[in-house]
Amino acid sequence: MSTQLLLVQALNGLQFGVLLFLVAAGLTLVFGVMDFINLAHGVQYMLGAYLGASFAAWTGGFWAGLVLALPVALACGLVLEVLVFRHLYDRDHLSQVLATFGVILFLNQALRAIWGTAPLQVPMPELLTGGITLMPGLQYPVYRLAILGAGLATAGLLWLLVERTRVGALVRAGATNAPMVAALGVDIRRLFMLVFGFGAMLAGFAGVMAAPILSVEPGMGDTVLILAFVVIVIGGIGSVRGAFLAALLVGLIETLGRSLMPDLMRLFLAPSPARQAGAAIASMLVYIAMAAILAVRPQGLFPVRTG
Amino acid sequence: MRTRIRESALPLLVLALLAAAPFLGFGEGWAMTLLARAMILAMAAVSLSFILGGAGLISLGHAAMLGFGAYAVVILDDAGITEAAVVVPVAVAAAASFALLTGAVAIRTSGVHFIMITLAFGQMAFFTAASLAGYGGDDGYTLYSRTSLGGTRWLEDRLVFHYACLGLLVLSLLLCRMLLASRFGRVLRAAKESSLRVRAVGFDPYPYRLVAYGIAGGIAGLAGVMLANATEFVAPSYIAWQRSGDLLFMVILGGVGSLHGAVLGALAFVLVEEWLGHITEHWRLIFGPLLILAVLFLRGGLAGLPAQLLGARNRG
Repeated sequence: MSTQLLLVQALNGLQFGVLLFLVAAGLTLVFGVMDFINLAHGVQYMLGAYLGASFAAWTGGFWAGLVLALPVALACGLVLEVLVFRHLYDRDHLSQVLATFGVILFLNQALRAIWGTAPLQVPMPELLTGGITLMPGLQYPVYRLAILGAGLATAGLLWLLVERTRVGALVRAGATNAPMVAALGVDIRRLFMLVFGFGAMLAGFAGVMAAPILSVEPGMGDTVLILAFVVIVIGGIGSVRGAFLAALLVGLIETLGRSLMPDLMRLFLAPSPARQAGAAIASMLVYIAMAAILAVRPQGLFPVRTG
Repeated sequence: MRTRIRESALPLLVLALLAAAPFLGFGEGWAMTLLARAMILAMAAVSLSFILGGAGLISLGHAAMLGFGAYAVVILDDAGITEAAVVVPVAVAAAASFALLTGAVAIRTSGVHFIMITLAFGQMAFFTAASLAGYGGDDGYTLYSRTSLGGTRWLEDRLVFHYACLGLLVLSLLLCRMLLASRFGRVLRAAKESSLRVRAVGFDPYPYRLVAYGIAGGIAGLAGVMLANATEFVAPSYIAWQRSGDLLFMVILGGVGSLHGAVLGALAFVLVEEWLGHITEHWRLIFGPLLILAVLFLRGGLAGLPAQLLGARNRG
């Protein structure tokens, strides 16, 4: 394996990592503030991709699609909050898991009924097509770099918002001890709606950006959801910083593992079994890493809640 | 004594109906297939209810145990071994070891961490199964034949298979019930109520929970063997996390407090699924909201429904 290929895979891993972070950020804040476990968060990502694809096809441009998709994704998130999630805050985690699972079943099927099962293709924006030469002999698609850039910028903005503003301070306080914040006279429900809508929009944003490089199909949110869960468990539930580092880690492990493992296995095995064993081990790597981290730190890397 | 009889009446009635079903007009092929599927899933749901209701462990990866059982059948079938005396112990041991291994990590955590970690381990099993190209990968694997019993091919017979499923379901119910009533089960239930107090009395809940998790895994593995035999086909989709969600729903639908609730839940689930599937291709559009409504309003589950209705009448 050449250095160039390794670098390309590392960039791909980071780019996947920032997408994961955008999904995981909303999840970890929602859980942190409201102690609410939302399985349907992956659906927001899928919804973003579908809305982006449809609006892009309708208006004939990626950017217009992006601009239209974001507020609609936000609105969908808020509608779900009012219709279903709001009635679950006082219930146990088990009820939350099941009810949000029902939401997933419904929305996956609804998207299938509206758009069909065939994957949608989204054209890349004109401005960001083509490649850029990073090193002699190393071309990398501009669009993927743009995703990386947009993801990092969003992460930076989110950091500013959470660490440096009044609302951010409330969110952090809510994640540490929600009853105390409510006792101090903050309307925690409204704060939560804000966090929830914002998280839904971030996940939708990730979906729109991923649409041109991934196939937009029903169920695409589930894979991302589960990796996002792994991310927030590793990072420590409620911690945005933890989610960011864990997302990059998971993105890198997932991407590098898939490309390196088969080659690594070839050192010990014949080519055909090596490919099989490599693929099997690569798909387990993220979970093994999670198990290893949790074995040492059961609360994740950056636990928020004390006691 | 009287309450005990009343409590046992409902499960006994359901099991008796299942036993009599082939002679009550449900003897046709499709009905028997449906009932077998319901009983097998009921077995898995009972094992989940055992750790959920008994120990408070909310596993969202229980389908993986089912998958281990089913894939043990596949791998042995590929090697030419179909004898139940080999297949069943291997499958149960494989599922139980996976449960013990992943449980050792997962049970160190609690609450929502536990849910997410079991989900993640379930996905790990799913992706591993999908990457087993030698056993069909994503497309699944068709068995050459059903598991044989002492060299005979009894399980090929519909009626025998029906009673085999029913028998195993009854055995799992009895086993879980016995375990919950024992000293072991009392520690589990106490730890569910208050881990702190149990520690104060001098018990460490961890090994108890882990063993319970392993036993539940073994029972689900056995259900996996029967599931593989029922369809004579195994695919990674059996392990998909949605199946784990389905199993959880069966337990909740039936009522968490009682093991036989899981049987009711599984029966209701499979029948509703089948019925809606006949109405529309997009049956999940109805099923999803039904699930949400059941969670919001049916708090005691189906097993608690008679009491809920009676209570409403007595109050009114």
